[in-house]
Amino acid sequence: MVPIGYYLVLSAVLFVIGGVGVLSRRNPLQMFMAVELMWNAVNLSFVAFARQYLDMAGHIFVFLVITVAAAEVAIGLAIIVMVFRKREHVDVDDLSLMKG
Amino acid sequence: MQDAIVILLLPALGSLIAAIFGKSIGRKATAYVTVGAMGAAFLWTLSVFWRLLQLPPAQRSFDPVYWQWIHAGALKLQFGLLIDPLSTTFFLIVTFVGFLIHLYSVGYMHDDDNFQRFFSYLNLFALAMLLLVSADNFVFLLVGWGGVGLASYLLIGFWHTRPSAVQAARKALVLNVAGDVGIMLAIFILVTTLGRLNYAGVFSHVSSLSAFQVELIAFLLYLGAAAKSAQFPLHVWLPDAMEGPTPVSALIHAATMVTAGVYLVARAYPIFHAAPVAAEWIAGIGAFTALFAATIAITQNDIKRVIAYSTVSQLGYMFLAVGIGAYAAGIFHLTMHAFFKALLFLAAGSVIHAVSGEQDMRKMGGLKKLLPITYWTMLIGAASNAGVPLFAGFFSKDEILGQALASGHFWLWLVGVVTAFFTALYIFRLIFLTFHGKYRGDGHPHESPKVMTIPLIVLAVGALFGGYLNVPGAWSVFDDWLAPVFARYPGGTIAAASAAPNWGAMALTAVLVLVGIYVAWLFFGRGEVRTELPEGVRGVHKVLYNKYYIDEIGHAALVWTTDHLGIALDLFDRIVMDGIVMGIAALVKAWGEALAPLQDGFLRRYGLAVLIGGVAIVAYLTLVQ
Repeated sequence: MVPIGYYLVLSAVLFVIGGVGVLSRRNPLQMFMAVELMWNAVNLSFVAFARQYLDMAGHIFVFLVITVAAAEVAIGLAIIVMVFRKREHVDVDDLSLMKG
Repeated sequence: MQDAIVILLLPALGSLIAAIFGKSIGRKATAYVTVGAMGAAFLWTLSVFWRLLQLPPAQRSFDPVYWQWIHAGALKLQFGLLIDPLSTTFFLIVTFVGFLIHLYSVGYMHDDDNFQRFFSYLNLFALAMLLLVSADNFVFLLVGWGGVGLASYLLIGFWHTRPSAVQAARKALVLNVAGDVGIMLAIFILVTTLGRLNYAGVFSHVSSLSAFQVELIAFLLYLGAAAKSAQFPLHVWLPDAMEGPTPVSALIHAATMVTAGVYLVARAYPIFHAAPVAAEWIAGIGAFTALFAATIAITQNDIKRVIAYSTVSQLGYMFLAVGIGAYAAGIFHLTMHAFFKALLFLAAGSVIHAVSGEQDMRKMGGLKKLLPITYWTMLIGAASNAGVPLFAGFFSKDEILGQALASGHFWLWLVGVVTAFFTALYIFRLIFLTFHGKYRGDGHPHESPKVMTIPLIVLAVGALFGGYLNVPGAWSVFDDWLAPVFARYPGGTIAAASAAPNWGAMALTAVLVLVGIYVAWLFFGRGEVRTELPEGVRGVHKVLYNKYYIDEIGHAALVWTTDHLGIALDLFDRIVMDGIVMGIAALVKAWGEALAPLQDGFLRRYGLAVLIGGVAIVAYLTLVQ
């Protein structure tokens, strides 16, 4: 059996890649993908812990996360489409109407 | 006695009909309805009076209860009427004198545009007064009390296009409400201490109150009584109240308003008996008011104003009586006063009517021949008011003075006797200036119509013969009639009441009254009006003519202080209160402005902040714990 440490390292690596992606990209679609990567990094560690401790709660959390992520993507994509229709291009750095 | 409520319902109905249907049924029908309501109320009162007379004196008290109004915990409050000799006496005065004044108003207000409104108010006024004198508990007394204040406000300001009338109405209302507050506070104290408000319950438990509580309640009740009955220094509204139509003045002064204070003190005598300090105070202020107002009346030139100050002065006598515990004597004088004061006001109204609205006595004179009925009736009223022997006012005033002397209040008696001299002086000055000498105006005076002179004649009969109900040394029908009311609880009579009349003191008063009339004749009876005053009295005259500057003092003490307190509070509000509120707002705004640059619109910077925060929390959780 693969020790849990490997899963956690992989999960951390994926999480950091995702985080850097969110912070470095200006295209919201790409940012979304990076966020998705972060979700799944967390999911991976949940499943790993579930297996390690033989506890189904980890699986349930994963399902929950997947559901929420789907909902978030649906809303997020709708927003992006609306912004694109309004402005012809999408760049998060330009979306600063609400700044203080 | 269950049917006594009809006496209240009749004017209530009359007032409603005149108010709602007055315009559609016309003036004549309105007059029939409202005057008829008062007449019917008087007849019903007579029936009640007759039935009371059939009973032995000790049983002449009924307390019919009509409905339960409040039942909260231990406090029960019901609407009931107290029908006993005292309230029946007031019923008789209010309905009889009120009826005559209504009748007279038909003639006096004949050409007024708001005839119907006027009669609606008149009936409302009578209703409020009837409720006041017949309620069997303090709360409905207060309802009647407030209703009288409201009706007087409406009637004094009846000619609402005159600024002076509106101002007088407002003055009356403000001062009356100040008195209402006193009664309200007394009621609150009664609720918290005794938990009951009906007269029977309160009066039989007065002894369970502490001396301080009784004095406090007595003083608060007296505050209401003094405001309603124009006792110094709350008298200022009454002379101004003559801004209303003259029948209203007659109603206020004789039947339906100013007597309420005397009624309250007489009705609540178990409380005032248990509060000797308050009672002495009432008597002292009463005597002072009597003298004070009589001296002002000497110098006034407005015919109605003289009579108005006369009322204040006579009310002083009544309070002197009830203050020393001579309740029956006070009510007797009140009843006689109702006759002669209504007569004087209605006669004055007849004079004013005759000289087309002129009220200044300097522009009258010589009306004796032109208005014979008015002259003779007014002369009877004046003689009665002055206390000329054998007229009604003589018997009632002398009963008060006699009891003051007999009960050991020498100084109060002396003030009363001196006032009797001034009373004769001012009221005969009025007669001489108005009716004697030559006519100094430029109108064409004419006698008033029958509908106005008949009430004068009826009232004159009362002012002439009413006093024979109580003849000193012979009989006392009136006092015996009231006796059961004042025998129910301790303190209703003073021991001196039964003492033999003091003929010497009576003779002294009578002589002073005649001297007063002679002095009035000397100065004013010989036809010419003096415009130049002798050097010595000019200063005194000025003070008296300006009513001791009470209005100005009141203005300075109350209006000026209130104004400036208002200005000071306004500044406090602007600087301190607004300062605090605006300061907090400015603080929040500055804080917000300081933090606003953090929200710079770069989404990725927010993301970084979230990330750093998350890392920090995780680091804290792992490293510290």
